[in-house]
Amino acid sequence: MKLFLLTISIAVTIGLIILLDTKKVLPAPLGRLLSPQEGLWQNAEPLDKDYGGNLRFSALKEKGDVYFDDRLVPHVFAKEDNDAYYIQGYLHATFRLWQMEFQTYAAAGRVSEIVGDKALNYDRTMRRMGMVYAAERALKMMEEDAVTKSSMDAYTAGVNAYIETLNVANLPVEYKLLGYLPEKWSNLKSALFYKAMTNDLAGFDTDFEFTNALRLLGEDKFKILYPEVQDSLSPIIPKGTQFYANVNIPSAPVSADSVYFHRKDSIWYTQQFKPNPSNGSNNWALSGSKTKSGKPILCNDPHLSITLPSIWYEMQINTPNFNVYGVSFPGILGIMIGFNDHIAFGFTNAGRDMKDYYEIKFKDKSRLSYWFNNEWKNTDLRIEHIGIKDNIEVLDTVAYTVFGPVMYDESFPDKLKTNKAYALRWIAHDPSNALKMWYLLNRAKTYNDYLTAIQYFNAPAQNMLFASKEGDIALWQQGTFPLRWKDQGKFVMPGFDSSYMWQGFIPQQDNPHVINPVQGYISSANQRPVDSTYPYFIPGRYDMYRGISINRRLSVLTNATPEDMKNLQNDTYNVLAEVAVPILLKNIQMDKLDDNAQRYVEILRDWKFHSDVNEKGPTIFSHWLDSLRQFVFKDDLNKNGLPISLPIRYTLVENLLKDSAFSFVDDINTPEVETLSDIVTTALISCTKPLVQLEKENKLDWGNYKNTTLYHLLRTATMPFAKEHIPIGGGENIINATTHDHGPSWKMVVHLTTPTEAYGIYPGGQNGNPGSKYYDNFADTWGAGKYFKLWVMKASEKSDKRIISTLHFTN
Amino acid sequence: MKFLASTFCIALLAFSLGIFLPWWSIAIAAFVVPLFIPMQPWKDFLSGFVALFFFWGIMSYIIDHSNGSLFSHKIALLILKTDNPMGLIAVTALIGAIVAGAAALSGSLTKRFFSK
Repeated sequence: MKLFLLTISIAVTIGLIILLDTKKVLPAPLGRLLSPQEGLWQNAEPLDKDYGGNLRFSALKEKGDVYFDDRLVPHVFAKEDNDAYYIQGYLHATFRLWQMEFQTYAAAGRVSEIVGDKALNYDRTMRRMGMVYAAERALKMMEEDAVTKSSMDAYTAGVNAYIETLNVANLPVEYKLLGYLPEKWSNLKSALFYKAMTNDLAGFDTDFEFTNALRLLGEDKFKILYPEVQDSLSPIIPKGTQFYANVNIPSAPVSADSVYFHRKDSIWYTQQFKPNPSNGSNNWALSGSKTKSGKPILCNDPHLSITLPSIWYEMQINTPNFNVYGVSFPGILGIMIGFNDHIAFGFTNAGRDMKDYYEIKFKDKSRLSYWFNNEWKNTDLRIEHIGIKDNIEVLDTVAYTVFGPVMYDESFPDKLKTNKAYALRWIAHDPSNALKMWYLLNRAKTYNDYLTAIQYFNAPAQNMLFASKEGDIALWQQGTFPLRWKDQGKFVMPGFDSSYMWQGFIPQQDNPHVINPVQGYISSANQRPVDSTYPYFIPGRYDMYRGISINRRLSVLTNATPEDMKNLQNDTYNVLAEVAVPILLKNIQMDKLDDNAQRYVEILRDWKFHSDVNEKGPTIFSHWLDSLRQFVFKDDLNKNGLPISLPIRYTLVENLLKDSAFSFVDDINTPEVETLSDIVTTALISCTKPLVQLEKENKLDWGNYKNTTLYHLLRTATMPFAKEHIPIGGGENIINATTHDHGPSWKMVVHLTTPTEAYGIYPGGQNGNPGSKYYDNFADTWGAGKYFKLWVMKASEKSDKRIISTLHFTN
Repeated sequence: MKFLASTFCIALLAFSLGIFLPWWSIAIAAFVVPLFIPMQPWKDFLSGFVALFFFWGIMSYIIDHSNGSLFSHKIALLILKTDNPMGLIAVTALIGAIVAGAAALSGSLTKRFFSK
């Protein structure tokens, strides 16, 4: 009896421990997660936590000190440059380790290792896109450069020095929740992070959709719906600029007309996991002639996914060789957007097409050889090992051709049943020493230093804005751009011979650029960089209205101050609406509308085109215009579910503006010929019901409708870590580009006075730990359109009252 | 008196082991102490239960207090699906208490089994 009771009791105890230590019965290992000694409680930081201390690492050459100010921005003072990067790596890891590692897992197609096979399709996409191959190629070139290599080595050592200090109790929250441990950091992981950014910014393409659209529409109609240059374009390089006379433009292969422009079949695959097409930015610089102080002002706000933890980490790095302030990417060294004692620099995305597909004919199913230049050429097979959580690994074989990896073939994706194979030619696969650019830019003093720095950068192509205390302002659209014959790469190309390959690259000195223009300002907002007189063929995905808004405002601005610049970054005026609403109002047939729809028309009539939080106009307008876009184009383009992307909004508006008898307006599925007025009215009637529903839920106000949200990187799986309902205006095509989960991820205004006067803010906080008060403490200030004054700390200010903690590094 | 001593010893031992060992070392602490301070089995159960109820409860309460309940709001929502920091502390305390209670009972019965 005693033995029986004892056995039961022990069995119950062990059973309880298994129950609470695993996910076998409960959804989470509650014992492990809630133990106050090792679980999540350990991540609840005291509100008055001291981030200071004394650390000793033999890898350091000298001493270094880190002063955290009251926003937890570190001001790093190191005596040696590589020590500064070591400390930067240590700080990134301290505050952002899970994020930086997770992003490199995502780039490398390793998410299944963490979450199981639900991410397998995503992982295979990344592998087949050649992300790891691209990172390896970049890293090889970076490590051939002694300066880049030693800086990267120092940064990596710093990250690993922090990882060494981890134990079960102080692991970041996400590792505890997901049940895995961090790996050692490596230079390859930094290269992977850089490739993740390249994919975000130069990974968008529409080759499959355009190929289908061309087949369906024919050349003339295609050019109307997907034009290269818009009439209203306000380019980055001012109109009227003289471009180069002697350029060598290659000509199209003889076979192009039959096998490229008039191909016989469509492509039946919709690509998944495309980067967000809204990834873009604004930047502008004013020369002294436009400002009150007579000194230049540089502004930049990159539009990316606004997540928690933020993609940015703010810091100052000071060594005897340079003193730079701005935002860094946890995962790579240096300051990406910011300023030093001499210059300021900022970026927007060039948006040019850097990704092309080639149709490959394999000899047989082995994929060992393919037809190229009249012979069977061997492929290189790369076997991808994809680890799956709680399961055996999956192998995926990817064939590499002269173009690049064969991304789609009969083994991927499942839907591709046509036996066709498509190889990817992508600029991201080319060797690159891009980190060297930031290394040099952080130290640059003059325009020439900047010019030297940007030569190192090949992708993702950027509009690199520069302003100096010497008074110069400049912008180069910098990247390595393929030299194309006209229309090359807009559509899927034949892969059977070399005449369809990229014909070299546009010479760097021919890249669009502008230095100290007479107009006194330079701006870029992802629009086409040049007008149609630029001699090269430069397809891309370009925005238009933000550029118009910015240039319109800057052209009339005089005596500008940083305050004016903040107001401009926060501007919610919607130029698209200014152009489109009059067309809608002019054509609406009021007698066909019910009371609600009539009321919505009246609201729109009173709207002054500011997309502010308490306006109803923007909600009604965006529904109406999107509905109109569907009615105008869907009947012409969505045949049999063929993958085709509808023309963008401004193509619709531009066409309606110049031609109210625009032929696509007619619904080809009805016997009657619809007029613009009919279709505008039908479009509003069809979206009245959803609008009434929104109004019932009190979501007709733009702010409520948009519900700007900072999601945690694990999205809906960790909603308590998100910050929802941020009342902020703006939206697509607007200078303040804030949408539901995307927008100005860092806003910066730098006035190049002495000392520098600078302002900045990002939606988030310095500490990636959701248990810290510094996790999202900038969010409300950001939402209110306010800025922090950036403090460039001097070595003599060590006892300033803004400093809350000091971390000393010694060797 | 014996009860208080046993309870205190379990809490102290659990805390010490927890510095080096995983969370379930609280079961080791609660199992070992009754071998040396034996009581009625129900009293030993209660002793383990009370020890960890207070140890885990008080420790999580102190952490939560210095954190201004910033994190417990989020974790309670994430794990318990309800915004209740005190509830999270209670669940924490009860998990520790039940495991330690069961382990202490096992210790107590083991002692009885071998000391005929």
